Amino acid sequence: MKRTTLFGAALLSILATVASAEDPSILVQSTTSTQNSGFYDYILPIYKSETGVTVNVVAVGTGQAIKNAQNCDADVLLVHAKAAEKKFVDEGFGVARSDLMYNDFVIVGPAADPAGIAGGKDAVAAFKAIAEKKALFASRGDDSGTNKAELKLWDKAGIDIKAASGDWYRATGSGMGATLNASVGMGAYTISDRATWISFGNKGDYLIEVEGDPVLFNQYGIILVNPEKCPSVKADLGQQFIDWLISPHGQELIAANKLDGKQLFFPNAKP
Amino acid sequence: MQDFAGAFGLAFGLIASGDADLFEIVGLSMRVSLMALLLSCLIGFPIGALLVVRKFFGRGIVIALVNSMMGFPPVVIGLLIYLVLSRAGPMGWLGLLYSPTAMIIAQTVLIAPIVAALSRQVLEALQAEYDEQFRSLGISRGRAMLALIVDGRYGLVTVALAGFGRAVAEVGAVIIVGGNIEHLTRVMTTAIALETSKGDLGMALALGIILMSIAISVNLGAGALRAIAERQAYA
Repeated sequence: MKRTTLFGAALLSILATVASAEDPSILVQSTTSTQNSGFYDYILPIYKSETGVTVNVVAVGTGQAIKNAQNCDADVLLVHAKAAEKKFVDEGFGVARSDLMYNDFVIVGPAADPAGIAGGKDAVAAFKAIAEKKALFASRGDDSGTNKAELKLWDKAGIDIKAASGDWYRATGSGMGATLNASVGMGAYTISDRATWISFGNKGDYLIEVEGDPVLFNQYGIILVNPEKCPSVKADLGQQFIDWLISPHGQELIAANKLDGKQLFFPNAKP
Repeated sequence: MQDFAGAFGLAFGLIASGDADLFEIVGLSMRVSLMALLLSCLIGFPIGALLVVRKFFGRGIVIALVNSMMGFPPVVIGLLIYLVLSRAGPMGWLGLLYSPTAMIIAQTVLIAPIVAALSRQVLEALQAEYDEQFRSLGISRGRAMLALIVDGRYGLVTVALAGFGRAVAEVGAVIIVGGNIEHLTRVMTTAIALETSKGDLGMALALGIILMSIAISVNLGAGALRAIAERQAYA
């Protein structure tokens, strides 16, 4: 008797847990770079206060975010790998893709700079120098947007990093922040989006070694998951969030997001 | 190491200031893990008792299986539950992924085998003592199981604590099925993982200190309750 009461209580509280999640809310699959840089901590409370809609963000690598969205476990996708995003839309998983904002990647490394790349403007040349000196390099290795951008650079430099993996090339298989932690711990170079780098709290003696190369451009896009493929998608609420972010008002807010006086993301949605 | 001293200061500061986010995260950790523990006890105690009182064919294999399930990696459990609860999965229509309920399910799958396996060990010793009495009284298996669980309750508290410890300290499963969503599914361990990846090691360590303090308090509290109960029982 006692036990059935207890079991009933357990079931009830589980049901209560389900019911309590019924405020207007949407689910966004996104990237660790936007979360680790504090972008969502800044923008979502503003959105909530203006619209009353709660935006729940799952931050994983771009590859995993797209995969999760393909499984219909998202209303909106906000990532940074244009080719993969276009494929997502072309295959019918997404309705349409809009440019949202950009920043750039930076190559960071220890002050000692064993590969001698500091102050360079040419990312590919810097990667070549790192490979030549067999200086340690930490890669995300997680199919994220940053990882895809990095692999393109190795490709352009004509370096086979598969052969070096485990030697001077270290694929951490984890998020941007975790990879920065690992780099600082090992004394390795790595590539990061600028926003995560600016807000990263464990820099040690690490500096930006190379920046400003056009190939380091990092575009973020936003996509509504297709409700025809995924009937669970909250299309109206999702579209409302997208429209708000790409509106002049949303774009101004993105531009106003600064840390230590440095702008984290540059809005560039086409009206 | 400046981080250590700073982290203790930060931990006390967070607790003293009554930081609302912190209490929300701690509260969710407790709610999820205690609920998983409750469900695991409801599942695990009877299984443990059943394995003691019924000597069925293949029992040895079942026990070995339950014992080895104690060592299942949380991240694999998380992945399995993700695949089941995903909208594309067999139970996707429930819409439970990225909710506290999903985390409770994952932790229950994780710790129910621990509770079952350890309670079998605790109750086995008791069964050896009671076996003759059960036989002479000719009581049913169900009553025997109940008697074992009731009389073995002090040992079972320790079993429950082991299960709770594993649940509350676990990160691999809840980060996959919960998604570490702020104000919804962020718990102590996933918050520590996030602060670490932000490079905010002081804050991560402060949260770790608070989590460990809670674990120690829960254990001390359970130990004290048990001591009081035992004293009353034998007084």
